Amino acid sequence: MAYEAVIGLECHVELSTATKMFCACANVFGAPPNTQTCPVCLGHPGTLPVPNREAIARIIKIGLALDSAIAPHSLFHRKNYFYPDMPKNYQISQYDLPICVGGHLDIELADGSAKRVGITRVHMEEDTGKSTHGGGSGRIHDATYATLDFNRAGVPLVECVSEPDMRTPEEAAAYLRELRATLESLDVSDVKMEEGSLRCDANVSLRPAGAETLGTKVEIKNMNSIRSLERALAFEIERQTKTLDADDPIVQETRHWDEDAGSTASMRSKEEAFDYRYFPEPDIPAMEPDPAWVDEVRASLPELPRARRDRYVDTLGLKPEVARVLVADRGASALFEDAVALDAEPVAAANWVTQDVAALRNAAGDNGALTPQHVADVVTLISAGAVSNAGAKQALDASFASGEPVEAAIDRLGLRQVSDTGALGALADEVLAENPDVVQKFRDGKEGVIGFLVGQLMQKAAGAANPKVAQELLRERLQG
Amino acid sequence: MSEALCDLTGAELSARLGAGEASASEVLASSHARIDAVEDRVGAFLTRTDQLASERAEELDVYLSTGAPQSPVAGIPVALKDVFTTNGVRTTCGSRILETYVPPYDATAWARLAGAGAVLVGKTNCDEFAMGSSNENSAYAPVHNPWALDRVPGGSSGGSAAAVAAGEAVWALGTDTGGSVRQPASLCGVVGLKPTYGRISRYGLIAFASSLDTVGTFTRTVRDAASMLQVLAGHDPRDATSLDVAVPSYTDGLDGGVAGLRVGVVTDAFGEGVAPGVATSVRAAIDRLAGRGAEIGEVALPHAGYALSAYYLIAPSECSSNLARYDGVRYGYRAPGEHADSIEMMFATRGQGFGPEVKRRIMLGTYALSAGYYEAYYGQAQKVRTLVIRDYEAAFERFDILVSPTSPTTAFRIGEKADDPMAMYLNDIFTIPANLAGVPAISIPSGLDDDGLPVGVQLTAPALDEPTLFRAAHALESELALALRPPLVLGAG
Amino acid sequence: MPVEIDIEHVAKLARLDLSDEEIARLRTQLAQILEHAARVGEVAAADVAPTASPIPRANVYRDDVPEPCLPVDEALRNAPERDGDRFRVPRIAETGA
Repeated sequence: MAYEAVIGLECHVELSTATKMFCACANVFGAPPNTQTCPVCLGHPGTLPVPNREAIARIIKIGLALDSAIAPHSLFHRKNYFYPDMPKNYQISQYDLPICVGGHLDIELADGSAKRVGITRVHMEEDTGKSTHGGGSGRIHDATYATLDFNRAGVPLVECVSEPDMRTPEEAAAYLRELRATLESLDVSDVKMEEGSLRCDANVSLRPAGAETLGTKVEIKNMNSIRSLERALAFEIERQTKTLDADDPIVQETRHWDEDAGSTASMRSKEEAFDYRYFPEPDIPAMEPDPAWVDEVRASLPELPRARRDRYVDTLGLKPEVARVLVADRGASALFEDAVALDAEPVAAANWVTQDVAALRNAAGDNGALTPQHVADVVTLISAGAVSNAGAKQALDASFASGEPVEAAIDRLGLRQVSDTGALGALADEVLAENPDVVQKFRDGKEGVIGFLVGQLMQKAAGAANPKVAQELLRERLQG
Repeated sequence: MSEALCDLTGAELSARLGAGEASASEVLASSHARIDAVEDRVGAFLTRTDQLASERAEELDVYLSTGAPQSPVAGIPVALKDVFTTNGVRTTCGSRILETYVPPYDATAWARLAGAGAVLVGKTNCDEFAMGSSNENSAYAPVHNPWALDRVPGGSSGGSAAAVAAGEAVWALGTDTGGSVRQPASLCGVVGLKPTYGRISRYGLIAFASSLDTVGTFTRTVRDAASMLQVLAGHDPRDATSLDVAVPSYTDGLDGGVAGLRVGVVTDAFGEGVAPGVATSVRAAIDRLAGRGAEIGEVALPHAGYALSAYYLIAPSECSSNLARYDGVRYGYRAPGEHADSIEMMFATRGQGFGPEVKRRIMLGTYALSAGYYEAYYGQAQKVRTLVIRDYEAAFERFDILVSPTSPTTAFRIGEKADDPMAMYLNDIFTIPANLAGVPAISIPSGLDDDGLPVGVQLTAPALDEPTLFRAAHALESELALALRPPLVLGAG
Repeated sequence: MPVEIDIEHVAKLARLDLSDEEIARLRTQLAQILEHAARVGEVAAADVAPTASPIPRANVYRDDVPEPCLPVDEALRNAPERDGDRFRVPRIAETGA
């Protein structure tokens, strides 16, 4: 039986505002435990929440970037449940009147095809504290006690729920990648999955191919990277396929992705379904964003990744795959555009940035001493024939490490490529004179042997000849 | 016989302090002496703050001796219901679950009074988490009405009412969610004010029912209530429900009188369940208002009958959520011994730490909000609330002030209603509608019944019209000229 | 018509340990109170909007400006059990809520 997977993603985004959502504690990552708390975010008796205006501005920005409608009237609701990392044992969240309704995110797949994934809603809530499990292996299942740090409690959290429009793990990964790039371009969050400022849960169900009704959905949690997400979804789809093929039912449950084991496992959940007893938050008045404010936020939207990719392709002539790679990396994108602004030819600049420069940046974790001027110079010098590709790469390594101008590195390392037709022409004459039998072979029709002759010329020039020019000069003489 | 300093009004004390005829330390000493004399019989306090108070009074005396500007609040001994957080001073809410809790911050209402020079004599006893109408739900001990020690002071702010009635404090703060300031004021023969919802910040008022909780005051005169409100009222950025509207003068215009004031007597206010002594006393007070020129008429609040039902859905629902934070994790009581896991620890902590009335309301609220019941209960109750608001709006088109008894009865005996929750809830039948609508209301003594127990008359005004409320109440108070003092304190130190 | 309430289920939602005697008493009392409270259903209110707050406001916000946090010892002062600079609790079972 052929099944179709139906996948929806629920993403949580920690906003990088200066303060928490409902109190004025500084919102910083990695502070010593319980040093970023106050009576409000510790849930002390008598405290009250007051919403952070900047957080609301940012969620409106996110909604606008995703083409959501900004609700003229929305409410905070209390989501009531007990857990040790919940200071109030309710989370201030949103229920049936979220700030952002609807929207979509357009994604591109590796084969170049595009897909529109619907967004159901984007709403505002607060993060919980963090628990650490103690007394065992550090994992939850053999712990004897737990300790709690409330620094994270109350950090503004935006929840973005997609429609179940994705059908493959690849689509889900593309969606998460695009969402992350979009959020990064908005400057609203650090969106670092490894730090928890972007988190993702997936809902997966299977149905017979062509069927309309949805199958039983399973929630998957604990995927800490885009790669994890893809692997987890692939595993889960296979697990559900095997289950259905064996005529067994899919249990509606939450499963935990185990990165090391490469599998999802059931979280031994209690039978009761969660009854959150939602009711409107009585301590916070309704939000009715002034249309002028929304317009201001809309005007502040930057060029979004999709628009940037289109501009790179349509205006700068890049290939779609190259544009995709560039836009996915803000640092690379910036380096590229600034190099183009310094008159570097775009296609060549893009190739350098996405290949050799990328390798250097990935290894170092940052841009080193490299500047857009370096990139622009490499492109210009190559196109002028002053250096070979190999030579340029070497010079680039040097510039990355020390910041040395590219030309200086070329000269210092003796990488300058001779293109002077006079000097090379003389060498060409020598080569032809020393290899009369090869010359004869060429004239007899074996054009391939010109490679050997080019090699000989390169040797004479101690590698510093421009191979293209060398070949041209040889060919001229051979044919002449 | 000269009156003890602790029996003077705030206005009188302020004058004496300003004239140098008494010092803040002397005033405090008088309050302390009264507490020492009667507290073992009244039980108004859970925590006395003698040392802090003495230090504060000394500081004030230094300040006052410089002739610097003096607030009407400076040097006044004040008691706080133990639901207001006081930085560094234990705050229990009358519950075992917070028996050792020491807040790290001050409630805004207290901070304003303290900043103006009020002296804290102690934290008063109350029904646990402000749930009750008799102070019998305190986990510690009941409070005894200074007028008759075998009777309740009312609740939930019973300790604050009794403290002011007995002269243990000159002023006190309480909270009024369904009548918890007005009803004990009525039973204890003092003035109890519930201002407009949002007029005074709730930051630091430990929450019972968020959309109903209102900071209220206990004083022995209407003028003192106006002085207190003048300092307490105003916007607080830490409370998103606090009103951002200008605070008018509450003391100017107090003597404006009631000539031509349109006063509406609430129909059904004298029906079944209202004690004859209460009805007589309140009717007489209304006649005195008429005598001063008020135009008396009748007004119906058609949905008031449903207000009690709506209240007993809204308040428990909000409380079930507000009290979820008491779980033994970050502060307060934690059930001793080994627990299988944290959730088991929470079950045990809450089961042991909360008293029966609190559990009852948490259960009721949890049920009313649970899946499938929200629309029928909480949702519907909030609609009834809208209708109650409209009732008041219609009433205030024809009248400036509404009047009724505050409580259907005078103080009942301790233990008399304790086993019957429904009977207890009916004590709030006249006070609850004003909480649902958020409008201001005040209870002042109208006299004593044949058993010598105080009766209270309640005046209600439109939202934010405390000036008219005070003017009417002050006129009635001066007309009645009661000067009530419980026998307990006559001749007491 | 007295309402039937699943007391054990509600107590579980509310995280309240109740004795058998408490359960029995609550079952009766809550039914009585609810019968009275349910009278709100008698009111025709189909076209009436619910009131969230008696004196309504909208758009109340706070500027995104930090204020000092509690010193860590203040934050932990009331902790029933402390482990270094963290709150300590019994083990947390597999799932929340």
